[in-house]
Amino acid sequence: MVFSPEIQNDVFEYLLRLGDDRLVLGHRLSEWCGHGPILEEDIAISNLALDCVGQAIQFLKLAGEVEGKGRSEDDIAYFRDVTEYRNLMMLELPKGDFGFTIARQFFFDVYSFHLMGSLQESNYEELAAIAAKSLKEIRYHLRHSSQWVLRLGDGTEESHQRIQDAVDDLWMYTGEMFEVDDVMQRLIDAKTIPPMPSLKTRWKEMVVDILNQATLQIPTDTYMVSGSRQGRHTEHLGFILADMQFLPRAYPDAKW
Amino acid sequence: MLNLSKETIYQHLKSVKDPEVPVIDVVELGVVRDVRIEGDSVVIDLTPTYSGCPAMKVMETEILAALKAKGIEQVAVNTVLQPAWTTDWMSETARQKLKDYGIAPPDKVAAADLNPLNWETKSVSCPFCDSAETDLTSQFGSTACKALYYCNGCQQPFEHFKCI
Repeated sequence: MVFSPEIQNDVFEYLLRLGDDRLVLGHRLSEWCGHGPILEEDIAISNLALDCVGQAIQFLKLAGEVEGKGRSEDDIAYFRDVTEYRNLMMLELPKGDFGFTIARQFFFDVYSFHLMGSLQESNYEELAAIAAKSLKEIRYHLRHSSQWVLRLGDGTEESHQRIQDAVDDLWMYTGEMFEVDDVMQRLIDAKTIPPMPSLKTRWKEMVVDILNQATLQIPTDTYMVSGSRQGRHTEHLGFILADMQFLPRAYPDAKW
Repeated sequence: MLNLSKETIYQHLKSVKDPEVPVIDVVELGVVRDVRIEGDSVVIDLTPTYSGCPAMKVMETEILAALKAKGIEQVAVNTVLQPAWTTDWMSETARQKLKDYGIAPPDKVAAADLNPLNWETKSVSCPFCDSAETDLTSQFGSTACKALYYCNGCQQPFEHFKCI
């Protein structure tokens, strides 16, 4: 699909957000490989990481095509600095304990489930195709994370406390998922992506339902962080990029 | 012009196996969406199974090699994403081969598979003893496409090809 010069950069920016979310989360998840609490979860989380990075490749590849400067998905992933990354701050936070990883995954899975459900209806065919493909995988991600929220919340005193702490700590990072800034508004106006006015409501309904079943308290909306979609991040992102980008930056022609 | 039919190319493609489940070929797996003969070259439309499946790259390389071995030099593999791959596209033969290989084949995708908050474990029969007394150990297995089960009948762990 060819875009008018007015929105071409907006499309590029939006695809970076979708790609970076999954690349950074995929990287965080991969840190569990070999460190899972039980073997099955080690395998499960590594599988989630693989899906996330796979989805990121699709979004970033498309971003490179839209940008039209000949950059591949690898160029985009490895040769941008922190301020050029567009992922949600929630996803770059250190992996924490298993409860924290699960709570974050659950919040993001519910968001992705509803987001991709809307984006698969988008007029932008290439985007709709990746969204439909991703949705199939997000369904079983959400099945996995929601079951764990229930098991940990309604489990032992310690598991309950740990996941409650994670939910409380993460809550202020959830507001960013529903922000509609100028970039998104222009894409909605151009009918490139559908408007998603009820995204937050649908997210909250599902999250509240599961947290209630898990006997967890719903935090109150107070201060919400903002800025990552414009490239303002926590200090943690720099460490991920240092780890992820070292090799291709030190040896730019390295091939597997 | 290539003096070849689509059917011949499909026959050649049947020599390319899924590297992770080497008993079924790429056609049976349902990832070959179309074969097009355009002048002197052949274009294969391929769709990925899972976004991050590392086997896709291998399949692509092997498709090119298999056709080259048959003297077809100009081959391009085109990735198509829409419509997204589903296990419903696997042939009956492929399902039987999976079972014979020790992997419980996927059922047709049902409404329950599309509901992410459906936590009920599907009943999957053991590929070894056909017992229905099986338990889900984990939704995730050795590859993206499989889940882990345990059979209480013959007390063996086995893998189930997920329905997506």
